[in-house]
Amino acid sequence: MNINRRDFIKSGGMLVLGSLVAPSFLASCTSPEATKAAGIAFGMNHFKVSESDLKKVLAAALEKGGDYADLFFEHTLNNGIQLQDGAVNNAQSNIDFGMGVRVLSGDQTGYAYVENITLDEMLKAARTAARIADSNNTNKNVAALTEVKPKGSYYDVQAPWESFTVKDKMPYLQKLNDKIFALDKRVHKVRAFLSDSTSHIFFCNTEGQMYYDYRPMCSLSAVCIMEDNGRIENSYASRSYRMGTEFLTDELLDTLAKEAVEKTSILFQAIKPKGGEMPVVMGAGGSGILLHEAIGHAFEADFNRKKTSIFSDLLNKKVCDEHINVVDDGTIPFNRGSVNIDDEGIEGQKTYIVHEGILTSYLHDRISAKHYGIQSTGNGRRENFRQIPIPRMRATYMEAGNVTEEEIIASVKNGIYASSFTNGQVQIGAGDFTFFVKDGYLIENGKLTQPIKDINIIGNGPKALADITMVGNNYKMDDGTWTCGKDGQSCPVTCGMPSALVSKLTVGGEN
Amino acid sequence: MITNENKKLAQWAMEYALKNGCQASKVSLYSGSSTSFEIRDMKIDRLHQASENSLVVQLYVDGRFGSFSTNRLDKQELEKFIKDNIDATRFLAEDKARTLPDESRYYKGGKPDLQLIDPNFDNIQPDDKKNLALKTCEEMMGKDERVISASASYGDEKDFKYMITSNGFEGETSASSFSLVGSVSIKGEGEARPESYWYDSALYYDQMIKEGIGTKALERVLRKLGQKKTKSGRYDMIVDNMNSARLLSPIMDAIDGASIQQKNSFLIDKLNQKVLGDKVTLKDEPHLIKTPGARYFDNEGVATQPMSIFEGGVLKTYFIDTYRANKMGIDPTISSASILTIDMGDKDLEALIAGVNKGILVTGFNGGNCNSTTGDFSYGIEGFLIEGGKMVQPISEMNVTGNMLKLWNQLVEVGNDPRQSSSWRIPSLHFEGIDFSGL
Repeated sequence: MNINRRDFIKSGGMLVLGSLVAPSFLASCTSPEATKAAGIAFGMNHFKVSESDLKKVLAAALEKGGDYADLFFEHTLNNGIQLQDGAVNNAQSNIDFGMGVRVLSGDQTGYAYVENITLDEMLKAARTAARIADSNNTNKNVAALTEVKPKGSYYDVQAPWESFTVKDKMPYLQKLNDKIFALDKRVHKVRAFLSDSTSHIFFCNTEGQMYYDYRPMCSLSAVCIMEDNGRIENSYASRSYRMGTEFLTDELLDTLAKEAVEKTSILFQAIKPKGGEMPVVMGAGGSGILLHEAIGHAFEADFNRKKTSIFSDLLNKKVCDEHINVVDDGTIPFNRGSVNIDDEGIEGQKTYIVHEGILTSYLHDRISAKHYGIQSTGNGRRENFRQIPIPRMRATYMEAGNVTEEEIIASVKNGIYASSFTNGQVQIGAGDFTFFVKDGYLIENGKLTQPIKDINIIGNGPKALADITMVGNNYKMDDGTWTCGKDGQSCPVTCGMPSALVSKLTVGGEN
Repeated sequence: MITNENKKLAQWAMEYALKNGCQASKVSLYSGSSTSFEIRDMKIDRLHQASENSLVVQLYVDGRFGSFSTNRLDKQELEKFIKDNIDATRFLAEDKARTLPDESRYYKGGKPDLQLIDPNFDNIQPDDKKNLALKTCEEMMGKDERVISASASYGDEKDFKYMITSNGFEGETSASSFSLVGSVSIKGEGEARPESYWYDSALYYDQMIKEGIGTKALERVLRKLGQKKTKSGRYDMIVDNMNSARLLSPIMDAIDGASIQQKNSFLIDKLNQKVLGDKVTLKDEPHLIKTPGARYFDNEGVATQPMSIFEGGVLKTYFIDTYRANKMGIDPTISSASILTIDMGDKDLEALIAGVNKGILVTGFNGGNCNSTTGDFSYGIEGFLIEGGKMVQPISEMNVTGNMLKLWNQLVEVGNDPRQSSSWRIPSLHFEGIDFSGL
């Protein structure tokens, strides 16, 4: 258990992880297509393990009578370059390599990992994790290992990051910097970040499943600082996908530059509103943060099997207007939250969590699926090989409704329109959730009037969901660099939303 | 523990970098291990054991700079890793401000041991660890009919770091830490299941509080029953010692050298000016023996020393590392604070509450943020309404909104009760005239 029990989401690209190069033992890796085609053969060769070693380790993991065990091998290369003060003058990289052994006994978990992958080390880790179980039932067999080929392939890359050098990357940040400065003479400082990562994942378990997954990820962000008459304001723009270097286009640079400048310049006209309870119109896109916080975390089945979520007794019950559908989806091509196969061998899938106003499914990992006697929804994800998989969101969004955004705004006499967001948080049991509005507008007599900024909005999950009274026809996915935190583990996610009216939330402000 | 073999590996990595085109370098080696036992409803829920190593190589190549890390400590792989990264660094734009610190600023040793590692670390038996968590869980389980689920966890870790630079610094640090957490969910009104927790942590096993953690967590959740919003308006605000440091964080960010140099601060050009209230006298005291956060040198190897940060609200220093100092053409100070202490008053939380007629006690923040260039903030909160010196109603689902500079000018009283387990030793604080929004 982590002392910091907050479940949160944050947006942005301030985090720069950093590899520029593949280590020598990767040099034979020719292309992602080739490695993918080679599948588990590539995986086993990459981590220098044989099928008989894997079986020995899995058998050791069950020595104390565990019900199930899995082995998760990971090799991740992170690279980052940074521009500040007009020059790309900082590069970072990180290589992370290791494997973790997990043993389940009922809903109990034993876990240990090693960074040095040898048979002896793996056996030691397996015996440590095995101690979670304490039964005489040690006749559980390890099934014959066979490759799982997931149906979906949601992030095939055209050009891998491994062969793209610092020299190749630098002009993109430089151009982004120049475009931002060219857009507004009040621009004072620009920081820009490009990060990419490539993960090789190899997995097997005592049920005989075995797979290899190649996971790319990239993110480009710009922070813009503007000065106007001695006043300084800052905002940012970012995009992130599971893609290769084809991610980097002039269109992307134009979009980010424009967005960063627009989001910063509006702050000079913005005020803090008067606080209190009022209707809030959530703009299309990043407003998906509302779903992530208000219901997403509380739908994660670990909290529900423990009966500690405010939604624990609401499965198959009507929780909101019957026109509302909410999805958690791991199958959107190139989306930051997509998973071909999750981190415990379950295929990526699209899960309706609210269908026609009814809470239809929690988000499951293996443990909770077994608890509820159903199939896992493929939400078992982990930050890396040092961590156990737990239920996590993927891309969480609300499907489009049938009114226009204008109609929604026109229906509000006095309220707030929320455009962009930086972070949010939730208390799973009490249901109180919050999100921070970086910029938005006052709504007065059905019209957007004065820009507003820097206010927190707080509500209660089930109440807020029931208070969604209008849903727009303008659904939009927000492809910003969203990172979700839970139990001390970070996880890439996304969120999306059409414009929607929540009839009552508590808006921060001055009195 | 950093073995001699690993120290030699770090030294070899530095020599190899210098031989292959690097003019200067810093190499750090980290090693850590941890265990945790988590009990839920009197059954072991999770058992986690970990140990890890990593090597970080910072390369200064032809006036250019890059920082590279790996957990692959095989020499042959490291050779390629270092060479390839030297080549990659050469592509970057030149940055003359990137230098190692002047060697005269390094910590040269000779001070007494800070005693941050428990010599008995390896003697604590797994069964004792497990039993501590079980006992904590027992303090909550079945102790109230509304309890839905109770968890407790024991965790310990040991961390070691070894750092060398090519202009003569060599340093080593180690620290242990132990923690015990109790967490409990209860049946509230309607579908709500309020949750709370309590914990203690310490550098030494014997110093960690082992009894009453669960009981306190249960007390803290039961007092939440009946939470509701109260009216929007201006109130006195007391923030308890679990949460007060959160309000200091934007101030510390604003006086960081990178924020100043990048104009990402609301405290630019304010040295020796009175920017916060009279009650704000804040110090960095890095050399406190047996205290979390204590250190003789910072992440550059530069010697730390006790420093005044604010005196009666007057800003006395920024935190400027070598790079930002070079960029701005000013003298460096130290890269970051180690242990923060604030001049305290003589009241504990209860006495502070007793002195408030109409106010809100904040016992938890829920999300929110602070604008780094203006200091405007807005945070979700929960806590208690105070009337006539007494806590009269638990509250939740409210926001507190304002500006950091204004807030710290409205500080009227500093408590005397900082948590000893935190390196930011900030006690309960009392502010007046703060904007809350609710009903």
